[in-house]
Amino acid sequence: MAMLNFEYKYRVRGGTLVGGDLFDFWVGPFFVGFFGVTTIFFSVIGTALIVYGAAIGPTWNVWRISIAPPDLSYGLGFAPMREGGLWQWITFCAIGAFVSWDLRMIEIARKLGMGLHAPIAFAGAILAYVTLEVIRPLLLGAWGNGFPYGIISHLDWVSNVGYQHLQFHYNPAHMIAITFFFTTTLILAMHGGVILSALNPGEGEVVKPGGFEDSFFRDLIVYSIGPLGIHRLGWFCAINAGVWSAICIVLSGPFWTRGWPEWWNWWLNLPIWGG
Amino acid sequence: MFDYRTNFGVEYQNIFNRIQIRGPADEGAPLKWGQENRRGKPRFSFLFGLIGAAQVGPFYLGATGLASIVCGFIAFEIIGLNMLASVGWDPIQFIRQLPWLGLEPPAPAWGLHIPPLAEGGWWLMAGFFLTTAILLWWVRVYRRARALGLGTHVAWAFASAIWLYLVDGFIRPVLMGSWGEAVPFGIFPHLDWTASLSIRYGNLFYDPFHMLSIVFLYGSTLLFAMHGGTILAVGRYWGEREVEMSIDRSTAAERAGLFWRWVMGFNASYESIHRWAYWFAILCTLTGGIGILLTGTVVDNWYLWGVKHGFAPMYPPVYPPIPDPGPLRGVLR
Repeated sequence: MAMLNFEYKYRVRGGTLVGGDLFDFWVGPFFVGFFGVTTIFFSVIGTALIVYGAAIGPTWNVWRISIAPPDLSYGLGFAPMREGGLWQWITFCAIGAFVSWDLRMIEIARKLGMGLHAPIAFAGAILAYVTLEVIRPLLLGAWGNGFPYGIISHLDWVSNVGYQHLQFHYNPAHMIAITFFFTTTLILAMHGGVILSALNPGEGEVVKPGGFEDSFFRDLIVYSIGPLGIHRLGWFCAINAGVWSAICIVLSGPFWTRGWPEWWNWWLNLPIWGG
Repeated sequence: MFDYRTNFGVEYQNIFNRIQIRGPADEGAPLKWGQENRRGKPRFSFLFGLIGAAQVGPFYLGATGLASIVCGFIAFEIIGLNMLASVGWDPIQFIRQLPWLGLEPPAPAWGLHIPPLAEGGWWLMAGFFLTTAILLWWVRVYRRARALGLGTHVAWAFASAIWLYLVDGFIRPVLMGSWGEAVPFGIFPHLDWTASLSIRYGNLFYDPFHMLSIVFLYGSTLLFAMHGGTILAVGRYWGEREVEMSIDRSTAAERAGLFWRWVMGFNASYESIHRWAYWFAILCTLTGGIGILLTGTVVDNWYLWGVKHGFAPMYPPVYPPIPDPGPLRGVLR
């Protein structure tokens, strides 16, 4: 039985959202639960559809396998399997698997008497995915506005949608999203680095207790947000990176159809400049 | 009775501090040298105290830090005054056009020569002072850690970011033989540089090191969402005392580990999650720097490179061939 020496006392009944005790057990290190079953269901079907799509496609080159959404002419209707229907069902399965996974995380957090921060953060990522593949296509009136499933093909999609707006870097929500991504990575380096530096201080030094982290950052940059605060800040910035990514893409097309550089004309044309 | 709080976890979720305590300030751990340079009476900020520590300061200000700040200020002033000059010293137009204003590097025709101030000389000077400020700050990060008896991990992570900065603004321009390849200072100008670099060299999305850099950027964000979320979720067991719990496991560490073990069959430890974090963040700029360094020096068109190596499909041409305007620009100036 794949159990750690302290794990036995934590493996208790309860905490499930649905199903009661029905799937309240573990397989190896994995908790199952009702949503573990639905996760397996959706991910097996979705993966099988992707493999099937690759098999009927022109290549097995893993970089170039691509399962595209239906042509724009299908609008919001169902498309034949070979003409985007696969993409529609894969999207359906993906959402089913992601949401199941998130609900299963909630069950596990409840079982362990923990807060729900990890599943809440994951919900932000799911929101970004659903915005790209469902909300924005719905607003634009065609599933064909979703991105294709393929390594290179999804990059091409990002590139093409970006240049449809001339210079996507001028999208203000995109600026905010990138700022959150960069900030998150910066503070992750600072946080990871300072913990490792306290635990691994080098030859002849003893491990330094928590207060040294605060001293280091106060000496360096006047302020240390503290051991609890840094996790709040990182969690907040990481979620916002995903949420602002969703905002920046849902604005592009449904709410702003021109180039993003000219969006900034409102600033140049404010009535406060005189002359 | 159905209790929504226990059933949905709608309760205090450790997002903010409900109580702020004001006691004697933490004057900081003893330094091995330079204790007299720790300056400023600690203050308390109510707003900061809502999410993290309320205490601000003290601050260590030695010769290295002071020199770094002075150099950074000089660079900031050179850039700002050049922008102000570019709108005829009109302060209103300066604010109005600020996002568009920039300090551009020398034109390609200057190669690696030193041009007059108004034709890129100011850009070189601003770059020199900014680079000096950053390198001095790196020394400061290193020495502040040593003075506290800590390892120098933060300094080496910072070095990875400096690597990307130096590749963009110095190493690659030198290899290309032209300062004109470097990044301009300015909000929209540096975004324009990014887009035009990508287009000029065949779309950076096909650059495998750019792919890796994005993977580590997104991966870092994912890791911090997972790690931050986990620590907040075991906050009720004092799980944020990470150094202590790396050495002496507690119920917080056990629950945090079991959470991910039960979710995905694997968990990091209180120490190893910080190694994952550290390397993901470092590799973001490390691989990014490699990707930019190869662009134009080794690979002239990433898309065609991708076609040659079989990972990008060959798309049919939709426009007639256009001569590369890049070299022409230098001649015209």
